[in-house]
Amino acid sequence: MLLLKSVHVVDPAASRNGTFDVLIEGDRIARVGRDLPVDGARVVELPAGCVVTPGLIDMHVHLREPGQEHKETVETGTRSAVAGGFTAVACMPNTDPVNDQASVTEFILKRASQAALARVYPIGAVSIRSKGDQLAEIGDLRAAGCVAITDDGHPVSTSLLMRRALEYAGMFGMPVIDHCEDPSLKGDGVAHEGAVASMLGLRGIPGAAESIWVERDISLTELVGGDARFHVAHMSARQSLRAVREGKARGVAVTCEVAPHHFTLTDAALNEHGGYDTNFKMNPPLREEADRVAMVEGIRDGSIDVIATDHAPHHADEKALEFDRAPFGIVGLETCVPLCLDRLVHAGVIGLPRLVELLAVNPARILKVPGGTLAEGSPADLTILAPDHEVTIDARALVSKSKNTPFDGWTLRGAVAATIVGGRAVFVHQAALGRAEL
Amino acid sequence: MTTAATALRSRHLLGISELEPEEIALVLDTASAMKEVGARPIKKVPTLRGRTIMNVFFEASTRTRMSFELAEKRLSADTLGMTVAGSSVSKGETLADTARTLEAMSPDMIVMRHASSGAPHQLARTSRASIINAGDGMHEHPTQALLDAFTIQERKGRLAGLRVAIVGDLVHSRVLRSNVLLLTRMGAEVRACGPATLLPVGLDRLGVRVTSRIETALEGADVVMMLRVQYERMHGLFLPSAREYFALFGLTPARLAGAAPDVIVMHPGPMNRGVEIDSAVADGPWSVILDQVANGVATRMAVLYLLAGEKDGE
Repeated sequence: MLLLKSVHVVDPAASRNGTFDVLIEGDRIARVGRDLPVDGARVVELPAGCVVTPGLIDMHVHLREPGQEHKETVETGTRSAVAGGFTAVACMPNTDPVNDQASVTEFILKRASQAALARVYPIGAVSIRSKGDQLAEIGDLRAAGCVAITDDGHPVSTSLLMRRALEYAGMFGMPVIDHCEDPSLKGDGVAHEGAVASMLGLRGIPGAAESIWVERDISLTELVGGDARFHVAHMSARQSLRAVREGKARGVAVTCEVAPHHFTLTDAALNEHGGYDTNFKMNPPLREEADRVAMVEGIRDGSIDVIATDHAPHHADEKALEFDRAPFGIVGLETCVPLCLDRLVHAGVIGLPRLVELLAVNPARILKVPGGTLAEGSPADLTILAPDHEVTIDARALVSKSKNTPFDGWTLRGAVAATIVGGRAVFVHQAALGRAEL
Repeated sequence: MTTAATALRSRHLLGISELEPEEIALVLDTASAMKEVGARPIKKVPTLRGRTIMNVFFEASTRTRMSFELAEKRLSADTLGMTVAGSSVSKGETLADTARTLEAMSPDMIVMRHASSGAPHQLARTSRASIINAGDGMHEHPTQALLDAFTIQERKGRLAGLRVAIVGDLVHSRVLRSNVLLLTRMGAEVRACGPATLLPVGLDRLGVRVTSRIETALEGADVVMMLRVQYERMHGLFLPSAREYFALFGLTPARLAGAAPDVIVMHPGPMNRGVEIDSAVADGPWSVILDQVANGVATRMAVLYLLAGEKDGE
């Protein structure tokens, strides 16, 4: 038994934001209350300023295994996750082979259980090999442990396939997550279509390439109705946010996520640091200031449900190519919490309860997975934040196998002090924990 | 322009975007001196003797490459070239590895053309050699803009206040970007004209008047620069046909009548006669297209000389 004594608990799902004792028994939260009896539990007191939250859940991560183990593995990816404060990750199916059948799902879960770090929730493919032609065995994927379906990396190819996916996944209560992008408008684009890409001679991807697809999927979700749920992956364009707001206002079952880089960076970064730094190349691309501001506003007003990292590790050799040839994507698990605390909480955009909703409550609700709260009987998945502890991002020191971050050298206020999964401390950042021993 | 520059600040020439107006003026002045070398019976000076220059062309080029090679030879540099077909790039080597390999041979300068925008900038980050951008993707072609400016100045005596119309495939053109940057920086009034399908987003933010009516662009123009329209863009989603392009945007003597009486016509080559330009214009009294080719050598000599210059004092 472990008793976290007089700690600041932020648990919006249980309407708690204040000083409480948290008693952990085995892998469960036994009690949360004031002046709990010690009863032989090991008592831990945290330094002032630390905050205990439900374990954070990143619902958009690429673990790369099977098939691209030189970029990341389930083991290194979940080690990176817990170092970033995440007790659970949902992993995308664009592995090699694609997670379009139960055997791949089972393999990923076996690797996750061997690693015994963060919980892993596989996301299955919508279509066989994510080719967009034929539905994958979604019922089988569900039975094997998948919590959602997506063809991420590719948009769900046709309106008809998206309709069928929504209908079919609805039977299992699973959302369809779509990488919203009109392939013909994207073309060979590598950067946001705007003045910066024009001047740098980079082919553009307009914001409308995303929002057209978001609008399509909202219309289809409305058409299907019933249990159909649609979740927008890595939303980046202000037009998409407008479409989501309108959809929600009409009562359509649509939710959305935004990645930290889309509320912290803009395409102006492509012209900095000597220009053409491929660690600023991701899809969707860094957009212009009006889009960034819109994402911040959507986080503030509640239109955005989730912050997810789109952690996309790539080997340094793959990124050391010409800008238009380098792969899209950046790692994000270990930079997410500092960016959120610094740029959202300390900047006064949102408070800690809302941040916990974005990073824990809502991902758990959308994926229907345990967690998202510290209510009694919940899994003992906790994240301990040190919101005032300053960190400097060092790409070389990242735990992830890949180091492709655009935030190298950034100093941010806010850190992860510890990550507890199933009652076990799987990550401890002692400098932020002071003398407390977990 | 305030004080006259005597040297370039950077040891690379990656783009016009990095040049101050006085540095542009310095290159143009130096090019005048270099042009005189080309008029001599023995067209060679020992300026770059013992210097090694690599011409690394990751994309096919005839005139730019020959122009650089001639400039290098007239300055007595040791030059060698690498072509795409014979290089490791076609075997899947990364740009970084190619760069390290070239570096190991200690060149003083690398003249580089690449189909990817920004490739020379990426190389310059780690290169000990001076990098000269001979055209990168759809981004910049700084020596083309410099030789164009030299040609205009030779004919008009100035750049400031001139009305310059640039007509053609704007979105894919590195010549457009470098020329817009140079001409606006030197005080010219630039009009950019092309079909709406080939206009870059945000071009107007650079102080350029953007239009899809060629008559508007040409009105009172002192200089008309025609840009090549690639054959593959002539059918499909950018343009319906070469025939319609010529009807709407082709430069004909009749259209030129709306320009200033002493207008000059330029083209970076290679030309598509009968597509973007009527032969009567290309070969007519307005044309300075062959002057551009001749001035290219002098301008590139100037750039090579100025970038190599600082080592003399060591």
